[in-house]
Amino acid sequence: MSVATAPTPASALSILDRLRTPRTLIALVLLMWVPLSSYVFFGRHLGAAQDLVLLPAIPAVLLLYIIAFRAWSESPIAVIGLTLVFFWLLMAVTAPYLPLIDPNRPIAPFQMPGSTVDGQTFWLGTDMRGRDVLARAIWGCQRVIVWGVTATLCAYVVGTAFGLVAGYLSGWWDEIISFFANVLLSFPVMVLFILVLNYLGQSGVNIVIAVTFASAPAIMRIVRGLTLDIKTRDYIYAAQTRGEHPTYIMLIELLPNVRGPLIVDACLRLGYTTVAITTLTFLGLGLQPPDPDWGLMIREASASALLWQFSYMLIVPALSVSSLILGFNLMADGLREMSLRD
Amino acid sequence: MSRLILRRLAQMALIMAVVSFVLFLVFDSDQFKRQIAVNELGGFGVATLTDDAYQAWLANRGLDVPFYQRYVQWVGDIFQGDFGFSFEKNRDVGPLLASRLINTGILAFWVFALMIPIALVTGVIAGMKEGSVQDRSVSFVAVLFTSIPEIATAIFLTVIFALGLGWLPVKSAMTGGFNPAELVLPVLTLVLYSFGYVTRMTRASMAEVMTSQYIRTAILKGIPYHRVILRHALRNALIAPFTVIVLQLNWLLSGVVVVEVFFQYDGFGKLLLDAALYGDIYVVQAATLAAVFVAVTSQIISDVGYTFLNPRIRFA
Repeated sequence: MSVATAPTPASALSILDRLRTPRTLIALVLLMWVPLSSYVFFGRHLGAAQDLVLLPAIPAVLLLYIIAFRAWSESPIAVIGLTLVFFWLLMAVTAPYLPLIDPNRPIAPFQMPGSTVDGQTFWLGTDMRGRDVLARAIWGCQRVIVWGVTATLCAYVVGTAFGLVAGYLSGWWDEIISFFANVLLSFPVMVLFILVLNYLGQSGVNIVIAVTFASAPAIMRIVRGLTLDIKTRDYIYAAQTRGEHPTYIMLIELLPNVRGPLIVDACLRLGYTTVAITTLTFLGLGLQPPDPDWGLMIREASASALLWQFSYMLIVPALSVSSLILGFNLMADGLREMSLRD
Repeated sequence: MSRLILRRLAQMALIMAVVSFVLFLVFDSDQFKRQIAVNELGGFGVATLTDDAYQAWLANRGLDVPFYQRYVQWVGDIFQGDFGFSFEKNRDVGPLLASRLINTGILAFWVFALMIPIALVTGVIAGMKEGSVQDRSVSFVAVLFTSIPEIATAIFLTVIFALGLGWLPVKSAMTGGFNPAELVLPVLTLVLYSFGYVTRMTRASMAEVMTSQYIRTAILKGIPYHRVILRHALRNALIAPFTVIVLQLNWLLSGVVVVEVFFQYDGFGKLLLDAALYGDIYVVQAATLAAVFVAVTSQIISDVGYTFLNPRIRFA
């Protein structure tokens, strides 16, 4: 699938194939991610640019979806997962441009799904403060996705760094890092979350730190195991003989070769992190109101609307978070299946 | 074997010492003492408190002593069976924690009593014939249920069985004494979430065993299929799920927090969350140590059990 193959007729298909080079993929991911994360992190400080910043991300998401769809079309499971995940990604980047009611504006409380008030139709009803449930569910995915991916990424950077050091340098480094990893791993995850968030206070950044504390030790163990396996290969000895610095060997020689097994793990971990963020917000330890968030919707509804006719307030966010996590898990399953087949 | 267990026990003691020390260090900060004061006296009460009165309050609570002294004192007390005093609940931590652990224990007992047979049976059925319809459907259901987080499962079950059909109570606070009906939804939530994972492990292990030479030999010898499965395959196929099931204990302690808070069940998870939000140091300490103890013990049991069940593995 490289660009350097014999010239093919210029059709739509070959253009898509040409886009499947690492460089364009990274560019597309950045084009999607930078606007989305800056919108969520600094939305209030962007001023007039706030309305425009997400526009370039929309074609990037669609293109990435088509490319990934074509690449993984051999595994139906992966395609279903991909579709679920990209549905929510698309919702996250298009939320400001969709004809939605302001998710934070109280209009008319306890309206049933499909009811109309003052010419506005609430397709999924309104919550106990009169805010549109559909708008809140769609806007809610932004924070979950952005903080979830950021937290997972952060855990991966820390976990991989320690794993490479422990595996490659071994000796005392390994002993010390492994001991701290064991200490952290002996906590039930939720206990660790509660302790860390309670100590640091409740904010998005602190969720990232808490997730790093909880996930990095497990990632470190995986990377350490892979490194121990790889470091006896000839190309590592060659690099050592050339007199390369250990940092160079770890980053340039080892890192690209431990990448493969980590991708499946990353998909699963994205799912866990999304669950963790939603759950923590439900417990009152996570992201703060009033901005829409699935965990927050569940928290508010379970405190004030536990009646059959108002159960849509609970069902909508629960279905949303379940579908996103199902997407991540199916993607991981499909990827594993494909990697086993190769 | 006994050396392995001793080493793991020593490691556990070291981990618990480190954890409890770090917790004392963390909860010693000024901000935390203020948090306790605010929770106990109210925000306005603390704001109007003079510095001397605040210091007197700290002294009254025993919080003015440096944390290392309190730590040494606390460790000494633990060996005499005294786990300290809960600021929030105004009673000794020992009996409080014990009663909550018993409640969670009841929950966990039913979860395991239901989850293990369901997971093993479905896993074995799926793994018997890899790629068959039964395998595909079991695997799909397993992935589906593990993908729905506990909080969502709890919501779906509550909406269907408690709000819609009205068969079961919505909350499980057990205000009118112990009521088995209130236990159903929390147990079901935890079972639905956890059985998928164990099923998939059992399936993988069973599928692997079914491809081995001795099973083929047994089938070719003309032994009835059900006897091949029950006598030959199961023995080896159930080794891996055993470790997974024991390790589920560790996971259960995480999952239980959400479920207990959602259903307002007075168990260990809710105790820990309440105590952490309040700043109730001694309760957090004791509950965390209990959690770490259960987690590490389950790891040891799973390691030792694995060695015991699988004669091919012998640790030095």
